[in-house]
Amino acid sequence: MPTMDFQGKQIEVDDDGYLLNLDDWTKELADTLAKQDSMELTPAHWEVINFLRDYYKQYQIAPMIKILVKEIGKALGPEKGNTKYLYELYPGGPAKQACKYAGLPKPTGCV
Amino acid sequence: MAKVTTPKPAELAEALEYTTPKTEWMDTPTVIKPGTFCWGAKGKNLGIVEFPNARDWTPTEEDWKLPENWQEIFFKGMKDLLGKYRSFKVFMDICVRCGACADKCHFFIGSGDPKNMPVLRAELLRSVYRNDFTMAGKILGKIAGARPLTIDVLKELWYYFYQCTECRRCSLFCPYGIDTAEITMMGRELLNLFGLNTDWISGPVANCYMKGNHLGLEPHAIMNSIEGMVDDIETITGLRISPSFNRKGAEILFVTPSGDLFADPGTYTCMGYMMLFHELGLDYTWSTYASEGGNFGFFTSNEMAKRLNSKIYAEAKRLGVKYIIGGECGHMWRVITQYMDTWNGPADFLEVPVSPITGTRFENSKSTKMIHVAEFTADLIKNNKLKLDPSRNDNLILTYHDSCNTARGMGLMDEPRYIINNVCNNFHEMPENTIREQTFCCGSGTGLNASENMELRMRGGLPRANAVKFVREKHGVNMLANICAIDRATLSASMDYWVPGVGVTGVHELVANALIMKGEKERETNMRGDPLPGKEGN
Repeated sequence: MPTMDFQGKQIEVDDDGYLLNLDDWTKELADTLAKQDSMELTPAHWEVINFLRDYYKQYQIAPMIKILVKEIGKALGPEKGNTKYLYELYPGGPAKQACKYAGLPKPTGCV
Repeated sequence: MAKVTTPKPAELAEALEYTTPKTEWMDTPTVIKPGTFCWGAKGKNLGIVEFPNARDWTPTEEDWKLPENWQEIFFKGMKDLLGKYRSFKVFMDICVRCGACADKCHFFIGSGDPKNMPVLRAELLRSVYRNDFTMAGKILGKIAGARPLTIDVLKELWYYFYQCTECRRCSLFCPYGIDTAEITMMGRELLNLFGLNTDWISGPVANCYMKGNHLGLEPHAIMNSIEGMVDDIETITGLRISPSFNRKGAEILFVTPSGDLFADPGTYTCMGYMMLFHELGLDYTWSTYASEGGNFGFFTSNEMAKRLNSKIYAEAKRLGVKYIIGGECGHMWRVITQYMDTWNGPADFLEVPVSPITGTRFENSKSTKMIHVAEFTADLIKNNKLKLDPSRNDNLILTYHDSCNTARGMGLMDEPRYIINNVCNNFHEMPENTIREQTFCCGSGTGLNASENMELRMRGGLPRANAVKFVREKHGVNMLANICAIDRATLSASMDYWVPGVGVTGVHELVANALIMKGEKERETNMRGDPLPGKEGN
């Protein structure tokens, strides 16, 4: 199993670099994961990450893009509740990239 | 965890070669190439369903962490399967290597790798069979096409049995009717005896076993997703519909792949089912327990597929419904039409499906008591029960991709076309040798729809995409319709890669666009929220 070295600890990740254990997640770890992709997390990025983590706590799965867009729109206003805004923040895809930094597993199946 | 990059379409296509390798196939070593395989299964997921040898493993590492007696396990397993399935023994014995299947496989066409010729893929296993199960092989060895099962041979079997989507196109051309998909199924079954599964398959299997669906959606997540769609339907039509969940005494249980609940463009099709059922006043219920039509267990072992499938009848019995309607899914229907009844039937507590709207009795579903939503809808249209405005789909120039499993697996080819032709005005078929029984696979079925094997998927998707490109250039096709959740997910990727500008849609999304509902407001947009033709300026 791949691991990543973080603050002297070995953190378990899957083959795509997603955390295996939700409990390993910290804000600092999110920053480190983003830096690996040469990204700097701004407050705007954090709004999405925090939303994803809250959603996951409630539903045990990351939201699909459509729900993410809609809910972000409700919570943060229509100027942020659109696909373009979210893709600008997360060019690797809000579902994939933001979920990774939020410490959530990626969804599998017919998707 | 090296980053895997997929070559650009032009690079991939130009580098394709169909030349004969310098060495005999047995002497040509197999190299497991990044981008063409899926990550190994996680011990956690294998453990949840009690698959043997549950541990984490990595295909590119030397040590696959196999039990010491793995060969013994393999041969015992093979002996069991040969005894259990006469077809398997026949398929191991009768191939004359005529080569009729060789160039029919999408993976061979897209890779040029001779071991992706169906004949050779099967030969990988036949050579082991000959060595240990036939007199000629035992005595003559390599001369008789036999080879011992070494660790390298095992790795080769794993690599190539996870480069076959069990689409069965090759079988169609085999003069003996050898079903190569069944050989792959046996191969995967054997590999599963010591945990040689993939993450993308074993994850959904574990989810489905624990939570009822591949994605692991819990009841409140399913309801949240459907409620979101109800909101969208209201925005588009002005009508608030109220689907029911786990309702005892409903006439019909509706089961669809969980991808329809979670990923675009499947969600638009899912809204289509709901709008249609609402318009008909159909007495149906969703289940948050039997919440998966698909069956990734089918890509592991017969027993696992049976186990995951059992919840559909169990739920139908618990709720006391009369029969079951299933959504647009591919392999789900191969499982239902060819296995469900003998695995988990007889469903004698259900009735032969009769459409409450038209009175049509679906005799073809006498044994399973389960009908495909496309049959149900085609029958409605045929009996003139729906008000449709096909011009709402006039921005679309469509073609139809037959899903391997619904076309070759159950013969459902005319109903989807009949529906499309009634709800759309612009439809063009792809070339004859790429549709209906001869349809080309999407390239990512049987649980190969992961992201780490994207190069393999795009290679396997080339023949289908090529046929789409043909109708795009000839007729301006801009939308590819299908009735499978894996198709909706995977063709989106292969269209973007090979034929940019072509979208992907389920058939019931098209129905939803065209359906004139009682009391609806004047529609401004289609299901995707894009302006309807003629309303672009609004």
